[in-house]
Amino acid sequence: MIRAKYINEQTPWQDLTPGGEIYEPGTAREFNTGTWRTDTPVFVVEACKHCMLCVPFCPDSAIPVKGGKRLDFDYMHCKGCGICAEVCPFPGAITMVSGGVPS
Amino acid sequence: MKRVYNLKQEVEKPPRLTGGHRLCAGCGAGVVVAGVLRALNKEDRAVVTNATGCLEVSTFMYPYTAYMDSFIHSAFENSAATCSGVEAAYNALKRRGKVEGTVKFITFGGDGGTYDIGFQSLSGAMERGHDMVYVCYDNEAYMNTGIQRSSSTPRFARTTTSPVGAKNQGKKQEKKDLTDIMVAHNIPYVAQTAPLGNFKDLHTKAYKAIYTEGPCFMNVLSPCPRGWDYPMAKLAEIIKLAVDTCVWPLFEVEEGVWHLSYMPKRKLPVEDFLRPQGRFRHMFEQGNEWMIEAAQAYVDQRWERLLERSGA
Repeated sequence: MIRAKYINEQTPWQDLTPGGEIYEPGTAREFNTGTWRTDTPVFVVEACKHCMLCVPFCPDSAIPVKGGKRLDFDYMHCKGCGICAEVCPFPGAITMVSGGVPS
Repeated sequence: MKRVYNLKQEVEKPPRLTGGHRLCAGCGAGVVVAGVLRALNKEDRAVVTNATGCLEVSTFMYPYTAYMDSFIHSAFENSAATCSGVEAAYNALKRRGKVEGTVKFITFGGDGGTYDIGFQSLSGAMERGHDMVYVCYDNEAYMNTGIQRSSSTPRFARTTTSPVGAKNQGKKQEKKDLTDIMVAHNIPYVAQTAPLGNFKDLHTKAYKAIYTEGPCFMNVLSPCPRGWDYPMAKLAEIIKLAVDTCVWPLFEVEEGVWHLSYMPKRKLPVEDFLRPQGRFRHMFEQGNEWMIEAAQAYVDQRWERLLERSGA
């Protein structure tokens, strides 16, 4: 069975999955929406108290969490909406900078 | 055993709605769906059904799915019927010992797919008593097709089919009260909620809805930066204002018993919620003061009624 990441505009129809079904979970992770950003959040770990208030407010599940700590942004999926910077109660932990970098 | 909500523990679970979906930056729907799915126990599986809408076209574009669980979409008007069919098939297979583990059935629909187009299939599925949850992410218009008014659009809101100009000043009718209508189905659990603060309200209600046997319904406010015309970073602020002005009160109805979930410390005037949104901008023009008064009177009347029903 062809894997989702090998399907593109050039794939002949004979190779597509029957009925347009998708057999793997979460294949959207292969897709880069980080290029959409016009502003970029910058995470400063020293200013972060890991309260996690930003995590559920991210519409793109782009704030990874491991072992009780939030990690740096997943810039492949962050669209730069800035909600995290607004809900963050700790000054300097999340700052929005103009432009789509870094990615 | 009573479960104690702990945000730190909950966000440690791997997300069931992944990044890479094509919802707009700052979309409330992604927050709502990820928040509801987070309430599932880690070991349980789910079948997610979707009505046609922003969420469906953005999270499931061949060959990309943003769900870690099974997903099915068939049409706009029948998401609840589709979900109830899958649930019936699951029960048949379970009786024959052909499936193992716990599978929960969750449907997401926008307000167009729930208040209007999918309403009869929703009503039917609730009446038949399927063990499922229907979650409406309510962004108060048909956003996917370019912001047309729905029966969920509040009075005076500007949409492309209720424009603002010399002849017309936004939507003429009040918002349909779907949560009330679902309560009238006498189902085990109905909740109205929103992603707020540490997500305790949304999470505990989603958990109850998912793990209460029988049909359950949740109505979740889901702001749309494009349609509501506010800066996309202000999602949390807009939701907080909706709740604190009592435009979107949080409550639940368990086995017919009303319970108010959140009492604002100070009930804010409705204009605090209206002012930041472009769709209500004309209400602040000279000569339109009556609109704000009418909106306030409507909210007050609904709020008094809710306080009466919940004994708060």
